[in-house]
Amino acid sequence: MTDAADLRRRTAELLAAYPPATTDRLDFLRARFDAGLAWVHYPEGLGGLGAPRSLQVVVDADLEAEGAPGNDPRRIGIGLGMAAPTILAYGTEEQKRRYLRPLWTGEEVWCQLFSEPGAGSDLAALGTRAVREGDDWVVNGQKVWTSSAHIARWAILIARTDPDVPKHRGITYFICDMTDPGIEVRPLRQVTGEAEFNEVFITDVRIPDTRRLGAVGDGWKVAQTTLNNERVAIGGMRLPREGGMIGPVAKTWRERPELRTHDLHQRLLKLWVEAEAARLTAERLRQQLVAGQPGPEGAGMKLAFARLNQEISGLEVELRGEEGLLYDDWTMRRPELVDFVGRDAGYRYLRSKGNSIEGGTTEVLLNIVAERVLGLPGEPRTDKDVAWKDLAR
Amino acid sequence: MSAQPDLLYSEDEEALRAAVRDLLNDHCDAAGVIARAETDAPHDRELWKLLADGMGLAGLLVPEEQGGQGATHREVAVVLEELGRSVAPVPFLTSAVVATEALLAGDAGDLLADLASGRRIGALAVALNVSAGSAYKVVRFEDGALHGELTGIADAAVADVLLVPADDGGLYAVDASAATVTPQVSLDLTRPLAKVTLDGAPGRLLGDAEPAVRRALRAGAGLLASEQLGLAEWTLTETVRYLKERKQFNRPVGGFQALKHRLAQLWLEVVNLRAAARNAADQLATGGADADLAVAVAQAFAAPVAVHAAEEALQLHGGIGMTWEHPVHLCLKRAKADSIAYGTAGAHRAALAELVDLQAP
Repeated sequence: MTDAADLRRRTAELLAAYPPATTDRLDFLRARFDAGLAWVHYPEGLGGLGAPRSLQVVVDADLEAEGAPGNDPRRIGIGLGMAAPTILAYGTEEQKRRYLRPLWTGEEVWCQLFSEPGAGSDLAALGTRAVREGDDWVVNGQKVWTSSAHIARWAILIARTDPDVPKHRGITYFICDMTDPGIEVRPLRQVTGEAEFNEVFITDVRIPDTRRLGAVGDGWKVAQTTLNNERVAIGGMRLPREGGMIGPVAKTWRERPELRTHDLHQRLLKLWVEAEAARLTAERLRQQLVAGQPGPEGAGMKLAFARLNQEISGLEVELRGEEGLLYDDWTMRRPELVDFVGRDAGYRYLRSKGNSIEGGTTEVLLNIVAERVLGLPGEPRTDKDVAWKDLAR
Repeated sequence: MSAQPDLLYSEDEEALRAAVRDLLNDHCDAAGVIARAETDAPHDRELWKLLADGMGLAGLLVPEEQGGQGATHREVAVVLEELGRSVAPVPFLTSAVVATEALLAGDAGDLLADLASGRRIGALAVALNVSAGSAYKVVRFEDGALHGELTGIADAAVADVLLVPADDGGLYAVDASAATVTPQVSLDLTRPLAKVTLDGAPGRLLGDAEPAVRRALRAGAGLLASEQLGLAEWTLTETVRYLKERKQFNRPVGGFQALKHRLAQLWLEVVNLRAAARNAADQLATGGADADLAVAVAQAFAAPVAVHAAEEALQLHGGIGMTWEHPVHLCLKRAKADSIAYGTAGAHRAALAELVDLQAP
C-alpha cells in the first residue's frame, strides 16, 4: 500500500527530475501524471497509484510549496469532476488510456451534453436520438446550458437509443467529438448579460460505437456516476468567516455608514448569523469527512448557500441605494471563469439566481433530502412503465 | 483566525448521551410530564435525584477538587440536548449551569460542592429573559439584610439556595427558607417562574455580582442552544414519523411534496443549528477568544429554529397536535419560552453587531 511517506518520496523525485522553475508547464504536468501523482487514488498507469484519495493533499502541498504548476481546475472542472470518474468506472482500457491523460493535464477540455430544453430536472425524458448505423451511431438533437462547449474538445453525451421502452431504460452514454462538423455551438446569453453557457445543436453527428461508455441502454446508470460526482465538490472546502457573499456586503456596511438604515441592519445581522451557521455546518461536514464519518449534511449545503447568496446579494443592491440602480457592464462576455465577487452587487444578485437552478433545482434537492435523508415517501411515478415515445411532451 | 473549533461529538460524549437518553426513556415519559405539569409540584424531583445523585450530572462543570466531575461545556451540551428532547422538568440548566457558573466566578466553597452533588438546588435570582451584559434588577442591602422583590426567577420554586444580586454590587447566597417564593403562572410549565420576596433576609456575600452574573448568563445562553437543538430535533423526528404513518387521500401524508419540502427545510435548519450549538459549547469549553461571538451566533440562530420546529410539528400533526394529551404543546411552550430566555435573538444580534463591527445606523 502506498503511504504518505512513499508519496512524499515520489513527489520529491518528480521535482528533482523536472524542476518547476526550468520545466515547461505541460511537460511538468505530463510527467506528474506519468508518475502517478495526478490523482493518487486512480490506478497505476492512469495518473494514480491506487493510494487512498485522502493522501492527495500530501502531494498537492509539497508541489505547491515548490511552485509547481497546477492543472487549473476552474477551466477543466467538468472533465475532472464528471467525465473522468465516469470513464474510469465504465470505460474500456483503450478509452481510459486515450482520454484521461490529456483530460487531467487540461490539454483537452470537456463539456457535458446532458440537459435539453425539454429535459431539465426530468433529465431522463431527454429526446436527443442516437440511431445505430453499422459501426456508428447517428445522433440528432439539441442540448442546452453547456458550459465550456465553445472550448471543449470532447463531450460526455447521453442520447435516446430506444424510444419504445420506459424513459430510464432507453438511454445510452457516449463520448462525442466536439470538432465534428455536425456540432454547432451557440452562446446562450443569460440574465447577467454574460454568455457563460451554450446551446449545442447536433445534426447527423456520427459517433463510432468504440466511443460508447457502458452497455447500450445502460446510459442512465452510467450518468448516475457522473451526477453523483457533480455534488461531491462542496464537501471538502474550508471557508473563513465572512468568506462567502456576506463578505462584500459586510465590507460595504463598514465602509459606507451613510448607507445604513435600521431595516437593513436587522436583515444584515440575521443573514450574517445564517451565513456563519452555514459556514460552521460546512466545517462540521469537513471534520466528519476527515474523521471518516460522512454525514448527510452535504445534501443540504447547496440549498443553504443558494438561498443565502440570493438574499445577501439582494440586500446589497438595496443597501447601495442610487448605485443599486446601476450595473457595471452589460457587454456580452464569454468568461472561462465565473467571478462571483469581483463584480458589482447587481451582477451578484442576478448571477446568484442561478444557484438554486444549476446542479439540481432547490425543489428537486428538497425532494432528495425528504426522501433519502428523512425517508419520506417518493413522488408518485406515473411515467414508470410508459414507453418514452408515449410520454406527454 | 483562531484554531478551528471541534464540532464533532467524541466517543465519551456519545456514551454520555446514550446513558442520559436511556435514563430519560425509563423515567421521563411525556404523559408523566404532562400530568405533573398540572400539579403544584411541576418539577420531577425523583428524576433530578437520578440525574444528580445517580449520574453526577449536577457537578459536570465543577472541578473534581471542588466536588464535581471536572467535565466541560461540551458534555453539558450533550446532556442538554437529551433533556431538551424530553422537555424534562428538572433544574439542570438553572442550577447545574447558570447558578454553578455564577458560583465558579467567586469563592463559594462548600455551596459549590452542594450544588455539584445535587443535594441542594441553586437558582440565580435574575429574571430569565435577561441576557449577559444587560441590566438586571437588584435588591436593597440594608443593615446586613436583603430587602426587595424579584420576578421571573426560573426554577426558584424548587431551589434551596438563591443567588441574589444586591444594590451594593454584591452577589449574596440566600437560603430559600428565608425568602418568600411565590410561583407565577408560566408559559413554560416545565421551567416555571416564581416571584422572590426578601423581607430582611440574611445573605452570605459570595463576591461581585456583575462578573458572576455575566459569566452565568453567557454560559446559560450558549448552552441553551443545545437544549433548543434537542427539542428541535425531537419535534422533527416525531413529525416525520407521524407523517409516514398518517394516511389521507389514500396516501401517507408525508408523501405530499408541500409537506416534504417543509420538513426538508426544517432538517436543514436543525443541521445548521447543530453546528452553531456545537461551536458555542466548544468555545465555552476551551475558553476560546471567540466565545462571546459563538454564543451570540448560536442563540440568535437557535431560538427561531426551535420555535419554527415546534410550530411546524403542531401544525403538521393536525388536530391531534392541538390537544393537551399530545406532548407537542410542551415543546412549543418550552421553545417559545427558550426564545426569550437569556436574551432574545434580537438581543443577541445586537450584541453581535458590536462584536463583528456591523454597527447600527
